[in-house]
Amino acid sequence: MKAARLARRNVLHRPLETGLSVLLLAFGVGIISLMLLMQRSLTEDLDRNIKDIDLVLGAKGSPLQLILANVYHVDVPTGNIPLAEARKVMRHPYISEAIPLAYGDNYELFRIVGTEPSYPAHYGAELAEGKPFEAPFEVVIGSEVATATGLSIGDTFYSAHGLTDGTDVHRDKAYTVVGRYARTGSVIDQLLLTPIESVWGVHEDIEDADEEITAVLLKKKNPLAILTLPNLLRDTPMQVALPAIEMNRLTQQFGIGLQTLRAVALLIMGLSFISVFIALFASLRDRRYELALLRTMGAPPQRLFSLVLFEGLWMTLAGILAGLILSRLGVVVLGQVLSDRFHYDVTQLAPVAGEFVLVAAALLVGAIAAGIPARSALRIDISNTLGQGR
Amino acid sequence: MLKTEGLHYRYEGSESELAFPDLLLDRGKELLLLGASGTGKTTLLHLVAGMRTPTSGSVELAGAPFSSLATAERDRTRGRNMGIVFQTAHFVRSLTVGENLALARSLAGCPADDDVVKGLLEDLGLAHKLGARVDALSVGEQQRVSIARAVVHGPGLILADEPTSALDDQNTDAVLSLLRRQAERTGAALLIVTHDQRLKDRMSDRVELNPTA
Repeated sequence: MKAARLARRNVLHRPLETGLSVLLLAFGVGIISLMLLMQRSLTEDLDRNIKDIDLVLGAKGSPLQLILANVYHVDVPTGNIPLAEARKVMRHPYISEAIPLAYGDNYELFRIVGTEPSYPAHYGAELAEGKPFEAPFEVVIGSEVATATGLSIGDTFYSAHGLTDGTDVHRDKAYTVVGRYARTGSVIDQLLLTPIESVWGVHEDIEDADEEITAVLLKKKNPLAILTLPNLLRDTPMQVALPAIEMNRLTQQFGIGLQTLRAVALLIMGLSFISVFIALFASLRDRRYELALLRTMGAPPQRLFSLVLFEGLWMTLAGILAGLILSRLGVVVLGQVLSDRFHYDVTQLAPVAGEFVLVAAALLVGAIAAGIPARSALRIDISNTLGQGR
Repeated sequence: MLKTEGLHYRYEGSESELAFPDLLLDRGKELLLLGASGTGKTTLLHLVAGMRTPTSGSVELAGAPFSSLATAERDRTRGRNMGIVFQTAHFVRSLTVGENLALARSLAGCPADDDVVKGLLEDLGLAHKLGARVDALSVGEQQRVSIARAVVHGPGLILADEPTSALDDQNTDAVLSLLRRQAERTGAALLIVTHDQRLKDRMSDRVELNPTA
């Protein structure tokens, strides 16, 4: 019988001690792995949506809010800006591409955004069926919207005012679904896109002569744009914000909380290794007859060493495996919550590079925690142990 | 099979040295080592089994030096050539009766053979205990299983430490004949160490250990 197999039987023979060690390790590994998985999803998601957008032009207010609302579509917009003013920036020689966005209403909490065909094109969105939006009140829906609302081509619907799921439904003008985008993995999946004129059309009743938009996504031609534009806008109700910088600031603020969580997880992992260590030591005391017996049956001391080491490694391995499964369950649950609340899809279960490091480190520390009791198995005096005195 | 010469042993911190008579035991033969408590019979058994290293003197096993081997080599040689029945039965508790026997074969380097294990348990009237947990055995059953474990790998030498001291006359006879039958079956030499005077009349070849001065 191989030492590894006997070790597994021995470990299973002590379900309580083994269970405690495995449980602790599973939680430690699980939390860290969950953090790694979420971090990957978020960074990928954040980066994918920033995609070459250097600047965002919008109403003055919190720059972070401006970015969150207009790049990620998770916060409320900072306000509206007059199109005539925005055009000056859009035509600035330092700017190579400008995509106007006008926040309209929502349909079942999915946002209706008035824009130009350059917006879906920017994210590489392709029509899965139907035709692009052209005339006012024609809408092309994202893949997530199609799945969640069941809207399909030819359907008409009324929008709800603003971003709330209120009863304030605009009954006068109905939107018609003319197309549906294939899944892009970007914000487009969560939106209903329509020509800007539709948004103006809905709000005609509000006394407002000027044509207004919410924001413009800008791509710079010249790096000087970042320095020049803020100056240019100083005396206007507008501002530009840099998505890369704002998101960095946000993740850094996240970071403090994440660091605390990581410290707690490392502490739990540390406890689990102490528990492996204690479980093995205690079991050795109780099993010294068994170990001495194995020697008399032909197992050299080194074999006892590997037996105890394997016992520790089995516990570590079980803990790691349970932890990785736990973190994936966590991702599925969190993914459900995030996609319900923010229409964000973070459910990616493939291993992250950091997890390989985590597993290797856990195995190493597990081997060390088991190595010390294993060494003491080397020193058992079989004659004294089995002879019961002289 | 077994030959000892001028074995002496001194315990650490002890003034006196234990001196033991020379032993010679061929395959298929049996020997009774009789002595009262304190005569060092268990010490002698452990020296023979290579579980202790003699202060002076030597143990030869099957014509090859044994007591002078390095620890790991001694462990392996013991596993292959000896089967030991201890005074108290100990087992690997996470394994079943059958697996404990299979483990003894595997540690001795014998190929796995379920039929040998089953046959032996049948012979000892324990066939139904093959898959039982060792903790669930009665004391008598434990002793029979430990005899089975000592012979399951067909060793050349079977050592038994006080196998009958806790038993009544009837069971003493049963255990003795069991040991003899198993030794005979594999042609092994049998060395029994005991203070049990009842065995004196039942075995002709014997060495008596005297209390050391």
